[in-house]
Amino acid sequence: MARAAVPGRLGERLRWRPAELTGRRAESALAHTLAFDVPGWPGHLAGQHVDVRLTAEDGYSTQRSYSLASAPDADRIELTVQRVRDGEVSPYLADVLDVGDLVEVRGPVGGWFVWRPEQTEPVLLVAGGSGLVPLMAMVRTRRAAGSKAPFRLLYSVRSPEDRLYVSELDGSEPGLETVCIYTRGAPAGWPRPAGRLAARDLSEAGWPPRSAPLCYVCGPTGFVETAADLLVDLGHAPERIRTERFGPSGG
Amino acid sequence: MVIISRGFRGRARDSRHTLPPGQYETTDFPVLSAGPTPRVDREAWQFTIRTETGEQHSWDWAGFTALPSETPTVDLHCVTKWSKFGTRWEGVSLDVLMRDVTTSARFALVHAYGGYTTNLPLEDLLDGRAWIAYRYDDADLAPEHGGPARLLVPHLYLWKSAKWVHEIQLLTEDERGFWETAGYHDYGDPWREQRYQGD
Repeated sequence: MARAAVPGRLGERLRWRPAELTGRRAESALAHTLAFDVPGWPGHLAGQHVDVRLTAEDGYSTQRSYSLASAPDADRIELTVQRVRDGEVSPYLADVLDVGDLVEVRGPVGGWFVWRPEQTEPVLLVAGGSGLVPLMAMVRTRRAAGSKAPFRLLYSVRSPEDRLYVSELDGSEPGLETVCIYTRGAPAGWPRPAGRLAARDLSEAGWPPRSAPLCYVCGPTGFVETAADLLVDLGHAPERIRTERFGPSGG
Repeated sequence: MVIISRGFRGRARDSRHTLPPGQYETTDFPVLSAGPTPRVDREAWQFTIRTETGEQHSWDWAGFTALPSETPTVDLHCVTKWSKFGTRWEGVSLDVLMRDVTTSARFALVHAYGGYTTNLPLEDLLDGRAWIAYRYDDADLAPEHGGPARLLVPHLYLWKSAKWVHEIQLLTEDERGFWETAGYHDYGDPWREQRYQGD
């Protein structure tokens, strides 16, 4: 494992900033993308996350971390939030927060699970469920920067209804190959039967180890453990595999 | 100015535990790591304390697990906001491991299998506040949680409790570890909410 990349502005205190919801759209039955205007947002790298703080009328406040979904775009950031059953924050963000409402954000945070436009090596993105979000920021940043770095995305999701960013991942983007695998229910005629991620999926959709891709794996703990282990088994160097995991407690 | 999020009420507050600022309670045990889980064979496992003069104190698995152990029950606070109360561990106190170590170092840089590092003041490893833990909840520590053995420093944010611990390097000058280099706090006291540099 190499040293983490040092983000810009290291040492400057990360300030809480007001963020106003400017738009929202449903991505799936459970997931919503929220667009915020954050005056003074210092910019971010694809893969970084942001801390979100909510404060109630009675002064109670709580925080959560969310991956940034959008490419850097001035003062505008987008998060994709999947509603967690019985969660404290995600149901509020998904269902209650309305255009014009305020939250506070602090960030960007994280300097390891990032992709920078100056990177040129092949990239394998492996997403489990809403683990796609920070990887989508990489896809979007690559597009916005006009990068020629070859990307392959393996996206594991329960069923077609759970897919995020469907229209953006329709296979039409040059230099981005996307393979979707379904763990519970595949559409009729889908070439691969529904089932959990296996070594074959990674060898078919990914790069051979001799191409020395940089692999980014994000998803729930069990998915990330499995995917990272399989990549090592296939011969990828552990130091070329970066992981970001979240448990079911995201709330 | 306090920014209120309209219509946010939050969950019913649980008065059984006091949470550090900005934390919420979870009952499961999330896993966060920067890379694949290293494959560490107990036969080849070794733990070393290296002083600022280069003196080494090393234990293999048999020697390490033969040391007197303790069974702390502690609360965990992760910088990603979750706290978990009343976790039960078994491990060797750093006081035991440091007993024959002569040092004037003030800082420690902890090295893990897989290359992870983290820094903290040496005094935070002493006086019954830190362990090298190898069992969790009456079972061998699972690899994804740091097995065969991890550092456990529960009074600091959990990234200081390096999984797959391999060596503790004692230093006279502080040297930043993996997340600290990326902007996380050098000390990481959850009660003072020291998440990032400058907090």
